[in-house]
Amino acid sequence: MSRPLIHRKPGRLALPPTFLFLAGAFAAAWLLVSLFGRGQFLSAANITNIFIRSVALGIVAVGQSFTILGGSIDLSVAHLISVTAVMSSFIMQGDSANIARAVAVVVAIGLGVGLLNGLIITKLRVNALIATLGTGLFMQGLLSTSFQNFAGAVAPEFEVFAYGTWGPVPIPVAVLLVVAALGVLVMHRTRFGAYLYAVGGNREVARLSGLRTDRVLIGAHVIASLSAVLTGLFIAARLGAGAPWVGQDGVYDLESIAAVVVGGTALAGGRGGVLGTLAGVLIFSIMDAMFNQLGTGAFLKQVFRGLIIIAAVASYSFRSKEEVS
Amino acid sequence: MSDGHPTRVQEAIRGTAGGRWREVLRRLPPIFVVLLAICVWISFLNPRFATVPGIMSFLMRAAPAAILAAGQLFVIVSGGFDLSVGSLITLVVLGSSMLIGGDPANTWWVIAVMFLIGIAVGVFNGAVTSWLRVPSFITTLGMLVTLKGFALLWTGGAPRGFLPNNFRVFGRSRVTGIPGLEQVPYAVIILVVTAVAAGYLLHRTGWGKQLIALGDNPRAARLSGVPTARVRIGAFIASSTSAVIAGILLGGFSGVSTNVGDGQELSAISATVLGGAKLLGGRGTMAGAVAGALTLQALFTLLNLLGWPKPLRDGLQGLIIIAAVAYTAWREQRR
Repeated sequence: MSRPLIHRKPGRLALPPTFLFLAGAFAAAWLLVSLFGRGQFLSAANITNIFIRSVALGIVAVGQSFTILGGSIDLSVAHLISVTAVMSSFIMQGDSANIARAVAVVVAIGLGVGLLNGLIITKLRVNALIATLGTGLFMQGLLSTSFQNFAGAVAPEFEVFAYGTWGPVPIPVAVLLVVAALGVLVMHRTRFGAYLYAVGGNREVARLSGLRTDRVLIGAHVIASLSAVLTGLFIAARLGAGAPWVGQDGVYDLESIAAVVVGGTALAGGRGGVLGTLAGVLIFSIMDAMFNQLGTGAFLKQVFRGLIIIAAVASYSFRSKEEVS
Repeated sequence: MSDGHPTRVQEAIRGTAGGRWREVLRRLPPIFVVLLAICVWISFLNPRFATVPGIMSFLMRAAPAAILAAGQLFVIVSGGFDLSVGSLITLVVLGSSMLIGGDPANTWWVIAVMFLIGIAVGVFNGAVTSWLRVPSFITTLGMLVTLKGFALLWTGGAPRGFLPNNFRVFGRSRVTGIPGLEQVPYAVIILVVTAVAAGYLLHRTGWGKQLIALGDNPRAARLSGVPTARVRIGAFIASSTSAVIAGILLGGFSGVSTNVGDGQELSAISATVLGGAKLLGGRGTMAGAVAGALTLQALFTLLNLLGWPKPLRDGLQGLIIIAAVAYTAWREQRR
């Protein structure tokens, strides 16, 4: 392997090629909606709408970027989102006095799940896909045994997280942007971020160079779990309560992986970044908004979404000479 | 590397009677021991399980998952994943009921069309992965989304129509009059034929060996002349074909529904891994994969008998998979 450990020049933040794809998607949507759709594509309301659509998937996808960049993966996020949404609204019971306690509990759960995932993968040497599939099934099992329907309610003050505005900017969009900025900061400006690129590029070489690769991977999984918790809190705020199926219904596990990879991060790890992921999520939201305005049914939208995932990744990979499977 | 060339110590151990037994046990993939233990436990709780009809109906229920695992193994040993099989099952069930339209005369050509669709999906998955170099996890994830959308688009999102009896016989009926066995479900015959054929293809043909070589080290395989694209496309066709068979059985067994295939892809991957296959390729046995699927089904049967609710059964499945893989990793490291 002659691949360098850290691809980026330190201190420089190159715009990933995904942004070309994003611009293309935006232009195509604009054109198609103007020609055949109803309503304006370039209205402030529509653009805001596109961003709001991106919040739930965007936050968890930022976290997923860390695991994939490190050469790992997290399939448990959708189930953790359900656990968070249910537990937070169950603990709050509509009372604002309980907000702090509810948030503390779900953050603790997130930390625990992230640690557990990381430890199973690094110490027990279980393949990440199987490990997180297992912890996800286990969490979902416990959750669905204890709750069959919407449980409790979030406090009215907590719904600000989903519906409040901050000047012209909706609070959830501001949260997404802050999360993405934090992600960029951690990935490109901290030692942990640099180590993560090294571990994702080649774990064995990173270990032989003296990195504590296990700790780096555990850190990545904790970040992914915490981001899933934040998405779970957002969904609870938006729905007013959590139900044990909200995470799976949103297919946040596979969709977050798709967003990361469409965003230009290599599935094998070592290349990519958070900004690309944000672009990946926005591409999905733009396509959704476009199909809505064109009056395309939900199922045709799904057909296209799958093909877009393949096409986007193919557009970066087809020139590569590497053998993939 | 002790598999093909036993060391002198192993030869010596094999000489003694007790040592021979230990050697047999050591070589037996642990999944068979687990499967046997669970089956014995079930028989204690429900003595009818250990009779021929009991085993036959167990195998009948397990057949779709076992066939799916057998197909998935081809892709797993080549180093890839096939996540599209669950949606393909849904498409087969919904598409068959739409195309047959209630007229049993249509069954045969519809089944042929379903196999053609399966082969086309396999060729697409393999070709995109090989030539456009999209990781198969992503290719088949995209197909998972697309095929499910296509199936729902076809039926308008709800299960429509029904499957006539001559389609459903494969999933739910039995062949009678076989000496010594009384009744054998069609599904069990199909399972045995598929598993034997798949085992032959993977372990006894050049293609199977090339597939394992490809999964073990793609670069080395390509440099030593393995036509990687063709070999890999074959694996995806095998996997899709197994999904079509599983879909026909499931449609027969449980009728038309829109979520019949949901989650089947992950169960199939879990089954192969329980059976000792290595994710990212290079190792796996057909007997292990089928045993893995049977073990998952047996586990469900057992927990059901013990009165566990379904969500908790799913949860335990998660723990079992992790434990099995952790055990394999630990055993490997110790050697």
